[in-house]
Amino acid sequence: MAKIIFNTTDEQSLTLEAESGSLMQLAVDNGVAGIDGDCGGVCSCATCHVFVNEEQMALVGEAGEIEADMLELADNLAPNSRLCCQIAVSDEIDGLIVTVAQ
Amino acid sequence: MKVSEFTCPFAQRRADDGIGYMDDQNDHVSMLLKLKDVRKAAHNWQTFQSAAVPGRIVIPSEVDIRTIRQIPFELDPPQHTSFRALVEPWFKRPLEQEYQMRLNQIVSKVIDTALSKPNSVDVVSEFALPLQSRALTLLLNEPFEESEVWIAWGTHVFRSEGEALDADKANILYEYIDVQIEKALQAPSNNLYSVLLDSQVDGKKLSKEEVKGILILTFAGGRDTVINAVTNTIAYFADYPDDLTRLKTEPNLVNTAVEELLRYFSPLTQMGRVVTQDADFAGKTHMENTRISLCWASANRDEKTFEKANEVMLDRKLNPHVAFGFSHHSCLGATHARLILRTLVTQLANRVCAVDVQAAAQNIEELGEFKRKVGFNELHVKFKAI
Repeated sequence: MAKIIFNTTDEQSLTLEAESGSLMQLAVDNGVAGIDGDCGGVCSCATCHVFVNEEQMALVGEAGEIEADMLELADNLAPNSRLCCQIAVSDEIDGLIVTVAQ
Repeated sequence: MKVSEFTCPFAQRRADDGIGYMDDQNDHVSMLLKLKDVRKAAHNWQTFQSAAVPGRIVIPSEVDIRTIRQIPFELDPPQHTSFRALVEPWFKRPLEQEYQMRLNQIVSKVIDTALSKPNSVDVVSEFALPLQSRALTLLLNEPFEESEVWIAWGTHVFRSEGEALDADKANILYEYIDVQIEKALQAPSNNLYSVLLDSQVDGKKLSKEEVKGILILTFAGGRDTVINAVTNTIAYFADYPDDLTRLKTEPNLVNTAVEELLRYFSPLTQMGRVVTQDADFAGKTHMENTRISLCWASANRDEKTFEKANEVMLDRKLNPHVAFGFSHHSCLGATHARLILRTLVTQLANRVCAVDVQAAAQNIEELGEFKRKVGFNELHVKFKAI
């Protein structure tokens, strides 16, 4: 079981728990504001943009090529930007803190 | 050749210099064919604008058949941003449980009717059109019976049986919307007309013309696109019935399957933009006041991004397609359209084991040097129940 903390632009903070699936699905299932996940996680819509806590970037790694191409044209792009549909939930990311970009 | 095989007419040009050319009513179009170019141009509204003369960014151009601006589609930021923010929550209603339940019933009834017919069914006019029109009652929050009016209009709101633009046909829609706006003014309800008439953007109440512009977009943008997506999806399962079985046993594949079918079939071939200043882009100079197009259909077959781009892989995990466009103008009705397709595929997988094609008439778009199959004018099939 991994605990993930989502900070939203309306200054809410939600701590959610899951064992598997994607970070996007976890956010959508729990109504995290600013994470729409319209395409269901195939990296087509860029509606699940988050900033990963910079000190924890090593836990999730860099975006792959296809994801990076999508992010290149996203609003508010930052070095710690990720599309959270491409981050798998596992024990390894327990305690991860992300901030919703929108 | 299988009925659901849609070859990509842009492949050679995309590999050569990445740009195609077509004349459209004496208004030349440079078609961007590579995924990365399409995305970059879609993002660059300062150089490639949507807020041109109404109708000009549509291909074929609708300049000669309408003067009213479709909103937020034919606006650029910052006006676009304000209008989009106003309408977006309404167009996200398909995420609500009750909406989904009612759509499920609509899809179920359309399949019931198709299965009950002893003879073949024309998927375009007897399945996709009623499904699209009935589903639209949910999006507009209108009574179910209103769909009968829209079904009677036929498959194209702006087009007659050929591909030529038809001002008379467009006027049917415009006059209908005028009447509905007047009705909403006299007896406000909770439908889209009333909600918009009661709304403000940047502190200013929406005008009747702005409300009309949003409604025209809602009717026209989701008409033949949804009809094509539904019809082509059924053509696919006619060719690959085993995939119905697979989706029944692996229902978690429905999402990737729908996204992949959207990529492969790309129900909207392209969308135009008008160049605001001379610009070097994608290896060419584009002159001010000429048109480019964002060719979604070509971008979705770009081998540089999509492995086996000309094959349908229902479990394709990474699928950065642009079937719903890209950037700030991405399709407002996408949530609704995705729900229709996910519901349809789920129900087909659980109720139908085979679709036998009896006759098919392809709908081929003539795009200058290219001819693209975008769907069917008719597709007669027999559905076989499980």
